[in-house]
Amino acid sequence: MLGDTVLFYVFGAIAVITSLLVVGQRSPIYSVLLLIGSFAALAGLYVLLDSPFAAVIQIIIYAGAIMVLFLFVIMMLDLGHPEKAIIPGSRDLATALFLGFVTLGAFLVLLVHQPPAAAPIPHLQIRNFAVVLFHRYGVAVEVVSMQLLFALVGALYLGRRK
Amino acid sequence: MIIPLAHVLVLAAAIFAMGLYCLVYWRTNLIMMLIGIEIMLNAAILAFVGGSAYWGAADGQVFALFIIAMTSAEVSLALALVVYLHRRKKTVDSNDFASLHE
Repeated sequence: MLGDTVLFYVFGAIAVITSLLVVGQRSPIYSVLLLIGSFAALAGLYVLLDSPFAAVIQIIIYAGAIMVLFLFVIMMLDLGHPEKAIIPGSRDLATALFLGFVTLGAFLVLLVHQPPAAAPIPHLQIRNFAVVLFHRYGVAVEVVSMQLLFALVGALYLGRRK
Repeated sequence: MIIPLAHVLVLAAAIFAMGLYCLVYWRTNLIMMLIGIEIMLNAAILAFVGGSAYWGAADGQVFALFIIAMTSAEVSLALALVVYLHRRKKTVDSNDFASLHE
C-alpha cells in the first residue's frame, strides 16, 4: 500500500521531468526519445490506477507504434541543421500570457475543490472493461474502425507522388 | 484506490500545461507542435484513467482506448501532411506556410 503510493509519486515525477525536458531539446529526435520515457512512466501510473489494459495499450500502441512513426518521419525528412532551428522570441506574448492564466486558473479551481476521498471500491477487472466496451460502446468501436480506415485513405492520398 | 483523485488531477494538469507550453514555445516547428499535442492528449488519458479508478467504472478506460485510437489516426494524417508540406517547400517551419496561395 505504501509502496504503491511511493511508486505513484516516483512515476509522476519521471513523467513531469521528461515532459519538461522534451521542450528544451534542439533536435526533435531527442524530444521523441524523451517522450517515450514519459509514456512509459505514464503506463506505470495506469497500472497503479487499476488499468493494466490501458497501460499495455499505452506501451504497445503509443510508445511502440505512434512514436516510431514520429521517429520514421523525422529521419525521413531532411531537417537540415537542428542546432540552427529558429527559437521563437516573445512575439505573441499576449496569447502566451492568456494561456498561462487559463492554466493557472484551472490549477486553482482544482486545488480549491478537492474531491472527497473515495469509498473502497472493488478492483476493476478486464472483464468489466470488455463488457462496457462491447455492450455500451459497441457502436463507438465501429465508428473508431471507420475513422482508422478514413485516416489510412487520407494518409495514402496525401503521401502519393504525382 | 489509494491515491487521492486530486493528486492524479494535479499531475494531469501539470503534464497538460507542459504540452501547452511545448505547443506555444515551438509554434514554428510543425513536428514539435505535434509532440506538444501528444503530451496534452496523454494528460487527458491520465485524467480519464484516474476517474475510472476513483468511481470504479470502466468507462474511463474505454475512453482512454478511444483517445489512443483517435490519436493514432490523427498522428498518421498529421505526419502525412508534414511529409507533404516538406515535399512542397523543403521545410517544416509553420511560418513558411502562412499564405493560402503559393
